[in-house]
Amino acid sequence: MEKFITHTGTAIPLRRSNVDTDQIIPAVYLKRVTKSGFEDGLFAAWRNDPEFVLNKPEFQGATVLVAGADFGTGSSREHAVWALQNFGFKAVLSSRFADIFRGNSQKAGLLTVVLPQEQIEAIWEAVEADPKTQVTVDLEAKNVRYGSVTVPFAIDDYTRWRLMEGLDDIGLTLKNIDDVTAFEKKRPAFKPETLPVRS
Amino acid sequence: MGKTLAEKIWADHVVRSAEGEPDLLYIDLHLIHEVTSPQAFDGLRLAGRQVRRPDLTIATEDHNVPTLNIDKPIADPVSKLQVDTLRANCKEFGVRIHSLGDAEQGIVHVVGPQLGITQPGMTIVCGDSHTSTHGAFGALAFGIGTSEVEHVLATQTLPLIRPKTMAVNVTGKLKPGVTSKDIILAIIAQIGTGGGQGYVLEYRGDAIKALSMEGRMTICNMSIEAGARAGLIAPDETTFEYVKNKPHAPQGAEWDAAVAYWETLQSDADAKFDKEITLDADALEPFVTWGTNPGQGLPLNANVPNPADIADAEERGAAERALTYMGLTAGTPLKSLKVDTVFLGSCTNGRIEDLRAAADVLKGKKIAPNTRMLVVPGSARVRLQAEGEGLDTVFIDFGAEWRNAGCSMCLGMNPDQLTVGERSASTSNRNFEGRQGKGGRTHLVSPLVAAATAIRGTLSSPADL
Repeated sequence: MEKFITHTGTAIPLRRSNVDTDQIIPAVYLKRVTKSGFEDGLFAAWRNDPEFVLNKPEFQGATVLVAGADFGTGSSREHAVWALQNFGFKAVLSSRFADIFRGNSQKAGLLTVVLPQEQIEAIWEAVEADPKTQVTVDLEAKNVRYGSVTVPFAIDDYTRWRLMEGLDDIGLTLKNIDDVTAFEKKRPAFKPETLPVRS
Repeated sequence: MGKTLAEKIWADHVVRSAEGEPDLLYIDLHLIHEVTSPQAFDGLRLAGRQVRRPDLTIATEDHNVPTLNIDKPIADPVSKLQVDTLRANCKEFGVRIHSLGDAEQGIVHVVGPQLGITQPGMTIVCGDSHTSTHGAFGALAFGIGTSEVEHVLATQTLPLIRPKTMAVNVTGKLKPGVTSKDIILAIIAQIGTGGGQGYVLEYRGDAIKALSMEGRMTICNMSIEAGARAGLIAPDETTFEYVKNKPHAPQGAEWDAAVAYWETLQSDADAKFDKEITLDADALEPFVTWGTNPGQGLPLNANVPNPADIADAEERGAAERALTYMGLTAGTPLKSLKVDTVFLGSCTNGRIEDLRAAADVLKGKKIAPNTRMLVVPGSARVRLQAEGEGLDTVFIDFGAEWRNAGCSMCLGMNPDQLTVGERSASTSNRNFEGRQGKGGRTHLVSPLVAAATAIRGTLSSPADL
């Protein structure tokens, strides 16, 4: 996973709440067996509309998505995170994220930042007034900066450390694999196993 | 102070706990399907890792498989590649798989319970958000992403932050014609799609205790629609009876030991939940969604709501957009809405009891003109069972299509999709824009409402017949 320390780029205001994972990437785009190439499915239905914010020329090249509340509800498809990353997004800001989406983004290195709704609205207004506004998402300093504004955000220390180091979760767990082996020795015998097959 | 059921199961699975870190939780069962696993197996290969516990892992094909002509190769080459990839990965890593044509193939959340590998007190994960279904057995079960799938394959564990707990008390008794689907739709309408976020929901109360296992699965299944990763129901005699004698149920002395443990899986009387809510089952009517998220639901007798009456600006805007997308006008009686397609199936309502309930309503009747109905059993086993009971004949004589098992039109990933503007009454779990096909308009309903709607051609309950 790529390290995330700080990122600066322009932002896209997505003035919608409850953006579910079927909107982020519809199921018909989930058939690939790789982690790349999903950008064609990102917001596929909405992108048919020339007025959709991602299609507007002034927002091309943006790398920070600023979304309404309850972003990423619905399915567990990590493809939603990959689609955002494949498209070029490095961070998503919202007042509330669905749990599974947030977990997936933290595993894949897409930074999700929770800010109060009024701060989200302030950023929407700023980037709509000037789409060239540079927005910095600083994980080290735990704040978002644009213009003369600095907004702090909270994130748990463990996740922050893992993202800043770009650490692979599996590698971290394997360091403690002896604990797993010890736990397995104590598991009750009545717990089911899938093998051998019984019918 | 006592512990909640969720806290007990959590405590029994902590492999490692350290200050400032998530708990490392042991996973008793990992369910796999074709859509969210290929990149995880790739990751294992790249790192030279093995599947740690193939004997706690099982795969099936469900999301992307056709429900017609399953004896022929899958027509869509991209879908075929994904299914072939799952088969090759399972072979390479020694994972048990139930493929198309096998009696145990089907929706992953139908297959686990029917094999008896879903049992109380377990931790169960799958790269699918409706893994919450298995919570009906008193198992802590939740959906995970592909990175986590890889983590579980490699280590049989997951690092997780302990969720909060919410008691959902469903008091009273359901009226005839009102089902567990109506309970969960009403709960989601009450707390919203983000109301359960960060919580495990424990459904309790007389109305829950009275439900069959399959009714309980319907409720836990849709916990994620309220934003909760997991839903739970304490196991009881109904649970034990359901598990008993299933292929992978414990036998002999192990059965006794298991039941002795399972009987401890109740929230203690003095346990404290972080939040509690209550729903009165006595007052409940058949429910239906009118909008584009599962929280936008109302009793079937209601009218399409007027966004102007909604105080919260955010919610008002969402309602306005939903009415536009759904092609609805405020004030229209929901029962007057003409439905083009009725879908009976999915991990929410694709089990034998759901098919029986719908068939009971349809028997001897004919489908409404210009209406189509798809009946998609949740698993090949459910299909066989239904055929053994003659339900297939009831559906076919009625004018419905009798299909093979899979997720089908619930998510429209295979060829079973709505067309632009088409309106469905669906027993599935999500009414998101385009969920069942680009431009499709979904109303979520119970199997009973689905059946009555197929007869009348407009949203209806059996009481309207």
